[in-house]
Amino acid sequence: MTDRPLSMEADTPPGAPGRTLVLGIGNILWADEGFGVRAVETLHRDYAFPDDAVTVMDGGTQGLYLVQDVRAADNLLVFDAIDCGREPGALMVVRGDEVPRFRGCRALSLHQTGFQDVLSAADLLGGAPTRLTLIGVQAGDLETWGGSLTGAVRARLDEAVRLALAELAAWGVASTRRAVPLRGPSQALVGHGIDLASYEAVPRPLADPAEGGG
Amino acid sequence: MTTMQTPNGFSLDSGGRRVVVDPVTRIEGHLRLEVNVDDDNVIRNAVSTGTMWRGLELILKGRDPRDAWAFTQRICGVCTGTHALTSVRAVEDALGIAIPRNANIIRNIMQLTLYVQDHLVHFYHLHALDWVDVVSALKADPKATSALAQSISPWPLSSPGYFRDIQGRLARFVESGQLGPFRNAYWGHAAYRLPPEANLMAVAHYLEALDFQKEIVKIHTVFGGKNPHPNWLVGGVPCAVNLEGVGAVGAVNMERLNLVASIIDQSVAFIDQVYIPDLLAIAGFYKDWLHGGGLSSKSLLSYGDMPARANDHSADSLMLPRGAIIDGDLSTVHEVDLKDPEQIQEFVAHSWYAYDDDAQGLHPFDGVTEPHFALGPNTRGDPGTRIDALDESAKYSWLKAPRWRGHAMEVGPLARFVIGYAQGKPEFKEPVEAALRHLDVPVAALFSSLGRTAARGLECQWAAYRLRESFDDLVANLKAGDLSTANTDLWEPTTWPKTARGAGFSEAPRGALGHWVEIERGRIRNYQCVVPTTWNGSPRDPAGAIGAFEAALLDTPLADPEKPLEVLRTIHSFDPCLACSTHVMSVDGQEKARVVVR
Repeated sequence: MTDRPLSMEADTPPGAPGRTLVLGIGNILWADEGFGVRAVETLHRDYAFPDDAVTVMDGGTQGLYLVQDVRAADNLLVFDAIDCGREPGALMVVRGDEVPRFRGCRALSLHQTGFQDVLSAADLLGGAPTRLTLIGVQAGDLETWGGSLTGAVRARLDEAVRLALAELAAWGVASTRRAVPLRGPSQALVGHGIDLASYEAVPRPLADPAEGGG
Repeated sequence: MTTMQTPNGFSLDSGGRRVVVDPVTRIEGHLRLEVNVDDDNVIRNAVSTGTMWRGLELILKGRDPRDAWAFTQRICGVCTGTHALTSVRAVEDALGIAIPRNANIIRNIMQLTLYVQDHLVHFYHLHALDWVDVVSALKADPKATSALAQSISPWPLSSPGYFRDIQGRLARFVESGQLGPFRNAYWGHAAYRLPPEANLMAVAHYLEALDFQKEIVKIHTVFGGKNPHPNWLVGGVPCAVNLEGVGAVGAVNMERLNLVASIIDQSVAFIDQVYIPDLLAIAGFYKDWLHGGGLSSKSLLSYGDMPARANDHSADSLMLPRGAIIDGDLSTVHEVDLKDPEQIQEFVAHSWYAYDDDAQGLHPFDGVTEPHFALGPNTRGDPGTRIDALDESAKYSWLKAPRWRGHAMEVGPLARFVIGYAQGKPEFKEPVEAALRHLDVPVAALFSSLGRTAARGLECQWAAYRLRESFDDLVANLKAGDLSTANTDLWEPTTWPKTARGAGFSEAPRGALGHWVEIERGRIRNYQCVVPTTWNGSPRDPAGAIGAFEAALLDTPLADPEKPLEVLRTIHSFDPCLACSTHVMSVDGQEKARVVVR
């Protein structure tokens, strides 16, 4: 009887950068929590990757379900909103071992399976990415349900994308600017009324509940 | 006075010590539990609080109803597809849109796939750690573990070398200090009963299940275009079919249907040879720990799901049973109608919302979500920073209290199986009886946390076999020449009436889910969701009847109130998900649960 190994990912040819995952995580219905998803939406709108081994993914709040995508990647670049007590909109680039240990801040996701758990699970299963970079933004508002990005955070989307492209270039991953940006439900990464422009077109209908602790 | 009787037959005593667990970990969303324990550390009162404000429906006001599924899919990370399905059904019901046969089968396949994946992930990754002591696995003898594994299943990954390798990997992981998914647990707790070898076997299967679940969701990618966040469509499904086509993009072709068939076969094998044997083996060590029954022997509700015939949503057409059982009378399964204003109503007497009259319930079509946060006079601690004990005689949760004809109900896999059992349906009755025989326990054992966990496993198996049948139906229908997947006759809002309203139903893996939509001039005017965890985690109603979580915790002895493993075990058995039933009130960076005993 032979035992099948847990990991059966394909080998990459020598010299190639390998498989790359550009992942945006967070909840778009929750103000600046949506930064990660909005960043990959912006990236996908404006840039293409000639190499098929590059995946741009809107990870939403999938938590542990993302572990297979993380394991399949040799290079992982993550966009997420973080809360480190900086000025809202401040961008931070965190690399390698610093990412799982990025404990100076609140957990990276409001969800119980924080992204650190996804990285740990990938490590436990074998096949954690060899290169890992987090591009984080200091959130200004993580509490307004039904809200969109605050102005300070939205203003940094393009710069966050430029930082990501520079990081990818350093890994040997080439990108090209699209002659015509991708738009509309059939082309956008995030469509069907929840792309950033459509999402913001309908005003949030309700005030916040009374302040309260607990 | 500290003791009282509830109208639904429970005795509460709010004397003794108060134990607070906040937040409950390994769930989606934020839940706080407070229990009172007597001198023998037995739970005599339980208080379930959703600590986040719920208002997701209001985001949908003014939106295009054809996009509502995409918004509801973002509510939460675990039942994305179920919300999307329920949403398109609500809009189709409102507008009178019929879907093609293929679309019905493909939606059933999407939903059954979710069941297989979600139940598997819940059992191994969110719940097993309440029964399995991961750290104890380090003490196991790999050879004895191999003998144990081979005695219960023909699954090939069972050699001593395999388990030795897993043990080594676990040891390195624990030694590195990064417990990751294994933190926030009470390793070494007296309430764990498995020998080290069973623990090691379960850890190996924890890893295998985590690896395997990625295969299952490829079915969502085939029919939904992408994963995460597959696409849905009002009027059908958003995938074209071209059986002669080739490749991995474009219309669904034979090549990709063959991939689906292969994934279904692998799923059946994994459930038959890993999940079910593990479940029965673990249950065998806990079969005299039959706490946590709560409402399950009294009042149960299911909306049913997976129509066998397209557009026929009668109980007769639904593969998962629809019905309600009240006061433990299994001889009568009541009919359930989501649009009957007398049946489903939500109350807010103990919820942080205000109605014109808090004593009355409102049907979701008339639903009002007006937040009103106020703490009762007997609240202890500092309301601004740290509440030591909530006052359950006043408002105490961000969950509303839904009731069916005035009754608090349990929803979820156990409810569905008991209703199917009561209806005498062999596909639900026979597996339950076989499991009871295997464990040598009476039917009453079903009404427990263990019974809930067992029903979920049996339902996962049920779903995998129905998946195979639905797939065969789809292929037969396609080969007969019917390639239609969407009905676009009523796509344009110009074809719609000025006003319309409808209800969408489904059974999410964790229980009954309903969406109610009102459309006016092509836009959403009102949208209400009543989600499974609102049923199960509900606070008290104006009459004082308690919900399923609160009822299930009563009379459970705690080995150590400082480490309330038994509370987590029972609450996790419901597979709670509060991300969609509530919303954040206070952001707390602490992932570690705070347990306070007073």
